[in-house]
Order: sequence, then C-alpha cells, then structure tokens
Amino acid sequence: MPTATSRLPHVFEKREQEISDQWIEKQQATGRKLTAAEREQANRQSREFLRSLKTALKQNSSGDVSGPDWAGVREFLVDLSSRRAKDGYTPRETASFVFSLKQPLFSALKNEFGSDAKAVADEVWFATLLLDELGLLTTDAFQKSREDVILRQQKELLELSTPVVRLWENILALPLIGTLDSARTQVVMQNLLEAIVQTRSDYAIIDITGVPVVDTLVAQHLLKTVAAARLMGADCLISGIRPQIAQTIIHLGVDLSEVTTKATLADAFEVALRRSGHKVVRQDAAPVSAAR
Amino acid sequence: MAIRVVSAESMEIRSSDAVVLVRQAVRKKSISLGLGLVDQTKVVTASSELARNTLDYGGGGTAHLELVENGTRSGLRITFEDQGPGIPDVDLALTDGYTTGNGMGLGLSGAKRLSNEFEIWSKPGEGTRVSILRWK
Amino acid sequence: MDRIPILKMGDFLLVTIQVDMHDRLALSLQDDLTGQIVKHRAHGVLIDISALEIVDSFIGRMLASIASMAHLLDAQTVVVGMQPAVAITLVELGLPMKGIRTALDVEKGMTALRGAILEAGQDGDTGRIR
Repeated sequence: MPTATSRLPHVFEKREQEISDQWIEKQQATGRKLTAAEREQANRQSREFLRSLKTALKQNSSGDVSGPDWAGVREFLVDLSSRRAKDGYTPRETASFVFSLKQPLFSALKNEFGSDAKAVADEVWFATLLLDELGLLTTDAFQKSREDVILRQQKELLELSTPVVRLWENILALPLIGTLDSARTQVVMQNLLEAIVQTRSDYAIIDITGVPVVDTLVAQHLLKTVAAARLMGADCLISGIRPQIAQTIIHLGVDLSEVTTKATLADAFEVALRRSGHKVVRQDAAPVSAAR
Repeated sequence: MAIRVVSAESMEIRSSDAVVLVRQAVRKKSISLGLGLVDQTKVVTASSELARNTLDYGGGGTAHLELVENGTRSGLRITFEDQGPGIPDVDLALTDGYTTGNGMGLGLSGAKRLSNEFEIWSKPGEGTRVSILRWK
Repeated sequence: MDRIPILKMGDFLLVTIQVDMHDRLALSLQDDLTGQIVKHRAHGVLIDISALEIVDSFIGRMLASIASMAHLLDAQTVVVGMQPAVAITLVELGLPMKGIRTALDVEKGMTALRGAILEAGQDGDTGRIR
C-alpha cells in the first residue's frame, strides 16, 4: 500500500537528469530502430513526459491518476499514443515508453534510500503501481484511436451505401443495399429527410431488393423511416419485396397496411408518378403529352 | 463502471417554466459535449419528458446535469429526482406508456428509447430517481 | 404574458410557433385558436413548427388537441415545417401522431389543406381525419 504522501516527487526533483538519461538510453536499447529525427523526437517526448510527471507528482502523490492534477500527464500519454498509432508503432512499443521508466526510477530510488530497505520497498511499490496505471492508459488510448479509425471508416461506408436518388421532380428513391441495423437506419433517416427538405419531394421509394434479411427489427427500422418521412409530409412506398420477404412479414405480424408496397422499384415509381398527377405516354404517331 | 464526473449542475423543477429552463440547460451542455444535432434533440427531448414527469407526477423535484467520462469516452448524464408518491410498478409503467401513449409511462419509456443508458429507482411513499445518459 | 399570434390568410388561419412553449402559452393558444376559427368561420388551420427545435409529448398532444378541436368546428389542420432531427426523435419517442396531417412547408401545407377541406366537404359529415 503506497504511503499517503510518497517521497517520489522529492526524488524526481533531485535526480531528474539521472533518471532522464538512463531512461532515454533504455528506450533506445530496447525499442525499434529509429532514424536520427525519430530519436530526437523520442528524446523530446521523454523530457516533456518527465516534466509533466514531476509537476503532477508534486501536486498529487496519492497514487490516484484520474484527478484533474494528472490531466496533463493523461493528455500527454493519450496524444503520444494516437500519434504513435498513426506512425506505425505497435501497442507494445508505445506502452514500453512508460514501462521502461521503471528501471531507471528504481535505481534512482535505491541510490536515494539505499540504507532504508523499507523506504525503498514502499517507494518502489508505489512507483510500480503508478507506472502500471500510466502504461495501461497508453494501451487504452491506442485501442481507442484504432477504434476511432474503424468507426470513421464505418461511417463513411454507411454514407456511401445509402445514396438518395432523385427519380423525378418530387420523387426520391432510396435503394438500400446490405443489412439495416439501428446505426444504419439513423443515417438512412437523416439522409432521406434532408433530401426531402432539399428537393421538396412528396414521395420516397425505399427499395429493399438489396436487403438480405428482413426480420422484426429490420421491419421496425423500415416503419420508423416511413413514419419520419411522413412527419415531413412525404409519402413512402416500399419496393423490392421478394416473395419470401412477404411471407416473413406476414408471419411476423408486422403491420404494413398503411404503407404502399410494390414488388419492384419500377412499379413503385409508376404509382408515385400517378399519385403526383403525372402520366407517361408512349410517343408513337399520336401527339405527346408526357407529364402533368 | 468507473464513471467520472467532470462537471455538475443542478436545477430545481417547481414550475412549468423550469421545464423550459431544463431544456435550455441540457441543450447547452450537449452542445458543449459536441453531440450531433439529432443526438442533441434526443437528449433534450428525453429531458423534457422527465422534467415534466417530475413536475406533474413527482410534485416537483431536482435535475442534476453532469458531464461524465468513462475511460476515453465522454457523455452527458441527467438525473431527475423527486420526493413524490413514487411508482408502484415501474415495469408496468414502462410498458403501459408504450401501449397507451399517454402520460407518465410514455415519458419514461420514451426517455429510455432516446437514451444510451437509463436507470430508474422508485419507492412508493419515498420518491423517484430517473437517470439518463447519452454518450458522445 | 405573450400570446402566439394567429394570422388570417383567406379562408385559413396561420399559427407560427416560435417560442419554447410553456403550459400557459399552450392553453391560451388553444383558447385563441378555437375562438378565431369560429369568429372567421375558418375551414383550415396551418400550424408552422419550423422554428421548434424540440417537440416533446406535451407539444405533440397539444397539436393533436388542436387538430381535434378544429375538426369539431369543421376546420382541418395541417402541421408544417417539422425539422428532420425533430421528426427522427418523435418517431423514436414513440408518440403516436395519428390524426395529424403534416406537410413540408407552408406552401405544401396550403395545398394539403385545400385537399383536406374538399375531402371533408364531399364526405357529407365533417369528414374523417386520416
């Protein structure tokens, strides 16, 4: 159990240079091969880390690194982690940044409290817990920045795969391809509603030919999308209902009676045209009258 | 779940004017958290429902707005508490609200649907505490 | 106390809700509106909520009440201008907005109103709300 107020701050104050030199040396010995520029950057980062570590310890040496006194240190490590993640360092290499500080720190403690075995033991224990906590922080942050990349890519994929197509003056089509989960539904709804506002459309055709599975959840997501569009004054039609889907929907007891459904996008388009007062006439010999 | 409170603010809910003030405060907090417009709207609407419940069914109470952190993600947590009559059957209220589309139950179940996390504690004769959370 | 202004536009009444409404304001709106419908023998009410960033169950129920009251007075109602974020949230909230006609904006709202009034007239009685 670390002492209420560790003497680590004092040790840092007195032996900063000694710890810093040894630490930088250790990093270079065990880490990956670095270019001169990378080495210089690593040195700078080390010195900066030690500085903020020293400051934080002086303000709060209880061992709790979650408070505001340690915000600077935490931010530094999170920043370092994401930068290294982008630069291609492995999580282990990034965590080593912190863990390799243990040995130099322990020798400094031994040099400082040499004769007092208990003091050395207590302080080493305290330092171990502290550095473990900080090292783990880098792995968490590393993980998170990886997840952020994945999330961003997922988001881009979602947006790319939910295009809204303008079929006619006031008729939109939304060909859905792939699964329809709640995250996707949110994006679909947003895109559709924004398109309705921009194009002032009265009809939206949601085509689900490319949606492989339609279960209760998917049906609910579809109904939500229809309801939202309706609140914006647009009528929705659902097309692409395959025979199996029709059976599934009835068996599930989903109520689609309020929604016009068609087997194909073409059929739905025809209905939408008709409802909006349009008529498509073939131009043979007879004089034409297409829309309106 | 090691949730850390970054900042906290409390508001009294004693009149319908307070419901409007709660909405505005939640809006402000959610903007500062950096939530997108739809998420902002959801959390403000959920807060409006619960604030209204606190007023109409709880006899007035308090709203606690907290910006929180859990490791690397941040969120907005709002807790509504009152010393009112309490809810005898919470589960029933939650399902009822959904089916009848009326009153307190709708507010509760609606707020739950609009939030990432939802917690409710209620004891007849002691009061009610409802907490909603939206992560960034 | 503020009151929400009600404009007469031909045979219609236009209500533009711009403030964050509290209960008293909502109740006085219902009073004023029903009064105006009778006074001007209006057949259509257009409620513009394009400035509302939040529509909770209270506001939703108020809109439904207004539509029902207007209907009893032989006037049709259309709510226009709902913001996308509000629409998405309302659907998630699960508030049944049955019986409330909606349109994208005032222009489309008027077209919808004319259609609704025609429908109501043809039905013999005051017509059914969809």
